[in-house]
Amino acid sequence: MDGASVVDVGRPAIRRGTLSRSLRGGLKGGEYTWAVAFVVPYIAVFVAFVAYPVVYGLWMGSKMSLYRELFADPIYQSTVVNTVLYLALGVNVKMFLALLLSGFFMRPGWWMKALLLIFVLPWAVPQISTFISIHWMLNGEWGFLNNALYTLFRVEGPSWLNDRWMALGAVIVSHIWKWTPFWTLILLAGRMAIPLEIRDSARVDGATGVRGFVHITFPLLANLYLICTLLSTIFLLGDFNAVTFISGGGPANSTHVLATLGIRDAFEIAHPRLGVAAVMTALPLVIPLVIVLMRRLRTAEVQL
Amino acid sequence: MRRRRYLNNAGTLVLSVVLVVWSLAPIYNMLLISLEPEGDVFTDHIWPKAPSVESFWGVLTQGHWYLEHFWRQFANSFYIGAMVTFFALLFGSLTSFAIGRMRIRYGWLVSHAALLTYVIPASFLAIPFYRIMQNYGLADNPWSVIAALVAFATPYAIFVFQEYGRSIPIEVDESARIDGASPLQIYLRIYLPLMAPALVAVGTYALLLAWNEYLYQFLLLSSKASMTVPVALAQFISSDQSPWNYMMATAIIYALPPVAIYYAFRRRMAAGLTMGGVKG
Repeated sequence: MDGASVVDVGRPAIRRGTLSRSLRGGLKGGEYTWAVAFVVPYIAVFVAFVAYPVVYGLWMGSKMSLYRELFADPIYQSTVVNTVLYLALGVNVKMFLALLLSGFFMRPGWWMKALLLIFVLPWAVPQISTFISIHWMLNGEWGFLNNALYTLFRVEGPSWLNDRWMALGAVIVSHIWKWTPFWTLILLAGRMAIPLEIRDSARVDGATGVRGFVHITFPLLANLYLICTLLSTIFLLGDFNAVTFISGGGPANSTHVLATLGIRDAFEIAHPRLGVAAVMTALPLVIPLVIVLMRRLRTAEVQL
Repeated sequence: MRRRRYLNNAGTLVLSVVLVVWSLAPIYNMLLISLEPEGDVFTDHIWPKAPSVESFWGVLTQGHWYLEHFWRQFANSFYIGAMVTFFALLFGSLTSFAIGRMRIRYGWLVSHAALLTYVIPASFLAIPFYRIMQNYGLADNPWSVIAALVAFATPYAIFVFQEYGRSIPIEVDESARIDGASPLQIYLRIYLPLMAPALVAVGTYALLLAWNEYLYQFLLLSSKASMTVPVALAQFISSDQSPWNYMMATAIIYALPPVAIYYAFRRRMAAGLTMGGVKG
């Protein structure tokens, strides 16, 4: 659980003593029963609450006519565009900011430590609290943002959530606001784990500033950065709260993403199969991501 | 040289101010609105003109129609959080003990299943999960939420326990085994005490996950008496008559336990561990 384990990325998993152990005979009869009894509860949970819903979902979304109906729906078409934009901007801007800020927080001094404590607050406060607050903040007439714009600069702000692109932008910015601190902490731990000798000798060799980053820091962080980006992509794809609470999918259902459209189709217009179908269309993206992540997480032993 | 350091310090200062304003704006907004006296939410000032703790008092005494079940809902959130924590720790530690310490055959299959669960977005399974819970007759029952959250929190527990367990030499178990200890005794007397730091870290993670989760609680809990705080909080967001000052006061009170837990266990959750906080 030390910070160092974060950056064990790239070290092959060779710590397996399994072979010699099983050659020595492995588990004896009674012990084997215990071992089985120990894994059964989790296997039961997995089968009943993960595997069964997955299979049930695949079955619910298996009719081809559902997809014809879905693709013809203009709301679905704009949802796909929104999802792609949300993914492309939300993940990359956030991760890039986190990369830069993690470097900033490497500076010494009590001020940096205090600043970091404030900086993680958006992440520490529950999503629902903050997203509801942001929703009200962006209210055109009474929101804090427009009040502040008027008080400070005498500018009349627009009605942020009444326009598709501004509402979608608000969702993306809120996502970045909420999650940048978290990924900054992860990348900060990654930077801290780079041995001091490497940084020192790089400095002696003249690799400081941008050059130090390009030639020393980034190559050492690259694998961690990639895993974080992939994980963040998949988590963002499943994100329901930001859109629901900030834009509510509106105006006129123009800012849905796949995760919220699925729930809307299933529960607001009471067509659960269509909702499952909407979510299923993310599979061509989810499956390769899952495969790559499973491989990386297994071999890299990144400490999650 | 001095000029450069001066610029550097000025840059740090500017960036710090920007970060503080950026991080705190929505949180300040919560506080600002919760301090408004009732009916005065529709104002145009950006600092509290006549701060009043009326709305906090209203929440704590359930003094508004919107809050009539507040303590009940708070207890529901707490109950679900405690149960999820308990079962995630129990199932997670048992499984990782069998896989990592006892080296059960095909254990890798179980850890793969866990890893797979960790990388599937939970919201994608919500619709079939809802259907299944209806079929099981668990609609509007906190145990349906607990089941879902245990299923999504345990993989992370297994993952962390297995990693952490590698730092404990297997010889410890072997010598106990030679002395005639049964697997259950080894699990209770040796494994759990040695794993205490990981148990605290994962327990914190599971508790925060359950406390902050919204989608499953929203879908599966429908009556006012079985609802949790986030579901109750979100109920009025689309209504024009939303009691905003009470909502923001509730949002702050609801945020206090996780923030306190986060700052208290920040060091124990340590850098790498915090990563699991993303899910949900």
